[in-house]
Amino acid sequence: MQNLIRQRAIEHDDWTLVKEASGPEILHVTQDRNLIVPIKFWNMYKFEIENYLGNITIWLDSDEFLDEIKEELSTFSLIALNFPVFSDGRPYSTARELRQGRKFTGEIRAVGDVLRDQIFYMYQCGFDSFLLRHDQDPVSCINALDDFKANYQSTVLEKDPLFRRR
Amino acid sequence: MYRYDQYDHQMLSDRVKQFRDQTERYLSGKLSEAEYLPLRLQNGLYVQRLAPMLRVAVPYGLLSSNQLRKLAFISNHYDKGYGHLTTRQNIQFNWPAIEDVPDILQDLADVEMHAIQTSGNCIRNTTTDQFAGVSPDEIEDSRPYCELIRQWSSFHPEFAYLPRKFKIAVCGTLTDQAATQVHDIGIYLKAGPENKIGFQILAGGGLGRTPMIGKEIFDFVERRHLLTALEAILRVYNRLGRRDNKYKARIKILVKETGIDQFKNLVVQEWNQIKDGPLTLTEDEITRCKNYFLEANYEELEDHPKILKSELDSNLLFNAWFTQNIRQHKKAGYSIVTICFKQTGSAPGDITDSQLEFVADLADEYSFGEVRITHHQNIVLADVKQSDLPSVWQKLNSKSLSVANLSLLSDVICCPGGDFCALANAKSLPIAESIQRKFSDENFLRDVGELRVNISGCMNACGHHHVGNIGILGVDKKGEEFYQISLGGSSKNKASIGKIIGPAFSEQEIPEIIDKIINIYRASRNKGETFIETYNRIGLEPFKEYVYAKPD
Repeated sequence: MQNLIRQRAIEHDDWTLVKEASGPEILHVTQDRNLIVPIKFWNMYKFEIENYLGNITIWLDSDEFLDEIKEELSTFSLIALNFPVFSDGRPYSTARELRQGRKFTGEIRAVGDVLRDQIFYMYQCGFDSFLLRHDQDPVSCINALDDFKANYQSTVLEKDPLFRRR
Repeated sequence: MYRYDQYDHQMLSDRVKQFRDQTERYLSGKLSEAEYLPLRLQNGLYVQRLAPMLRVAVPYGLLSSNQLRKLAFISNHYDKGYGHLTTRQNIQFNWPAIEDVPDILQDLADVEMHAIQTSGNCIRNTTTDQFAGVSPDEIEDSRPYCELIRQWSSFHPEFAYLPRKFKIAVCGTLTDQAATQVHDIGIYLKAGPENKIGFQILAGGGLGRTPMIGKEIFDFVERRHLLTALEAILRVYNRLGRRDNKYKARIKILVKETGIDQFKNLVVQEWNQIKDGPLTLTEDEITRCKNYFLEANYEELEDHPKILKSELDSNLLFNAWFTQNIRQHKKAGYSIVTICFKQTGSAPGDITDSQLEFVADLADEYSFGEVRITHHQNIVLADVKQSDLPSVWQKLNSKSLSVANLSLLSDVICCPGGDFCALANAKSLPIAESIQRKFSDENFLRDVGELRVNISGCMNACGHHHVGNIGILGVDKKGEEFYQISLGGSSKNKASIGKIIGPAFSEQEIPEIIDKIINIYRASRNKGETFIETYNRIGLEPFKEYVYAKPD
C-alpha cells in the first residue's frame, strides 16, 4: 500500500529510508537511489556522501536535536524526524523549531510510528509529509488533517493565535 | 464567567466527533489498547479497578448552576447517582460505560464543558484560589489569566505528548490557597514597576514520588509575555524531560538534574526566540477575558446586619458554622460560604445528583448562579449576602450539609484510594472515615483549630499527603495495607513537604496515633498557635518520641 502523504495527497515515495546506523558500504548497495540517512551517518561519512550519485538527506531521531546539523539547513530539501513510538512528543518541538526558529522551508517528514490520531498535531507543528506506519489507512489519515476547524494556538500553519483573529 | 463563542464551540464539537470515532475504532478492534490509551486519557477517561472513570474539567473550579444541573443529570443518567470533587477542582464519575462516554462529552459540550486534558501526559486543568475575585487580600482576580492559560494549553499541538503530566496553578491573593508552589508551574500575580500587574513564575514543584517545592524561574514577567514565557518553559521540558523512567519524568526532576541556573538559561534562550512574537498577549485580549469576570452586581450593604446578629446570638449551631465556614468578602455586607462535603459516613468530596441540584438552586437564589469547587474538595458560594446567611444555613442544615468543619481535622483531603483506583496501594476512604468518627466532637475540633489532614492511597499523592499538616500515605507491605504518617507539610505561602515520623501503622492504629499527635500539639502550643506553627517551633522529635514510646 502507498503510505506516504505529502501535500495532503497520497504520493509515491521516491526516497529510501536508511533506518539503522550502517556503514558507508550501504551506498554501494543502494547505488543511485535517493536516501534519507541518520544524521550520525551524514556527519561521519562526508566524503562518501559527496561522491554518491543519488540525492541524500538526513533524519533525526527523537533524542537528536538541531545542533547535530553542522551545515546550512538550506543544503537539505527534506529533513525527516523519527517517532520511535507515537507517544514520544519531542519531534513536535523539533519540527516547530525548524520552521519557526530556523526558517526551514523544505519538506519535514514524519517517519516511524506515525498514526492517524497524531497527524493533525504534527501538521500544525510544521510536518508536511507523513510516512505512515504500514497498517494505517492513508485516506483516513488525510481526513485527519481536518479533524479540527479551529485552534487557539499560534502554530506553524496559523501564525496568529486565535485571540489575534477573533 | 467565561462564555464560549463560535470558535470554542467549534473546537468542542470537533473534539467530540473525533473521540466518538476513536472510541468506535477501539471498540471494533481497529485501534489497539496502547494506541487508544493516551487518546482516552486526554479525554478524561481512565480504566479503573471496577469500571471506567471519567474526569470532567472544571476550569479553575468555576461552575454555573446550569452546569451543575447537567452534572447532576450525567451522574444520574450514566452513573450511580453521584460524582466526586477532586483535589484539582474537577469532578469525576466512577461508573460510566466506555461506549457512553462520547454521549456524555456531547452533553457536557452543550453546557460549555468537556473532559479534555484532565488526564494523560499533557497540560492539565489550570487551578486557582477558590476565592478568586472576592478575597479581601487580592492583588487582582486570577481567573482571566487562568482562562488565557486554559485556551493556550487546550489542544496545544506541540505539548500533547509531554514526558509526563503537567499542572499549572495561579494565585492572585496574598494568602496562597492554590498550593501554587507544588505545581509543575506556579504563578503568583504581583505588582511590578509602576504598580503594573505581572507574574512571578516558579517551575519544578510537584508532589508524587519525589515531592518538591517549585523554584523561581522569573521574578517578574509582564502580563503580555505570560504565554510566551510558559511556552518557553514547556518547550524546554518537552525536549529535555526524561522519557526513560516514568518516575523521573516530571519537570521537577529536570529542574533538579539540570540545576536551576542552567534550566533558567535554557528557558531564557527559548523565550528570546518567541518573546514579542504572535503569542504576545494584546491589551484587547486581556480586556476581553477580564470582561467575563467583572464584579457581580452587588448591592450597597452594611456588614453584620441585624438579622445576622440575632441569629448568631440565638442559634449556637449557626454560630459555629458562621465562625468556621464563613470567610470575609471584599464587599461589605457579603460573605463567602464554604459547603463542606466532609460528612462522616460519606467519602470526602462525594456529591450526589440531588446535592448537585440543591447546590445549583442555592447558587441561583443566593450567589449569582455560580459556585466554585475547592482543591480541598468542598464547594464555595462566593457572593452570599450576610442577611441571607441564616436562610442558607437553614437550607443546608435541612440537607445535612451544614457541617461546620472547614479547615479542621475532619475536613480531610482524600483520594478515592484502593476502593476505586487501580494505582492505589491501600484504601484511603476508610481511614478518612475512621478519623472523622474518632474526632466527631465539634467543640474539640474547634479547640484543635486549623489542621489539614491529607490522605493518599499511593505515592502518586492525589490526596496531597506531602503537604498535609498531618499526611497519611497508604503503603503495601508484603500484601498488607499500612499507613505512613508525615508531619509538618503545608501548601500555603511557606510551603513545605512533611517529614515521615517513623515506621508505618496499621489501619486500626491510625485514629489513636492521630490522637497522640494532637495531644502533643495541645500540650505544647502557645496561645493562638495553630498546629503547623507549633510543629515549626518544636520540630518532629517530641511527636516522634511520644507516638513511638513503649508502654512502661
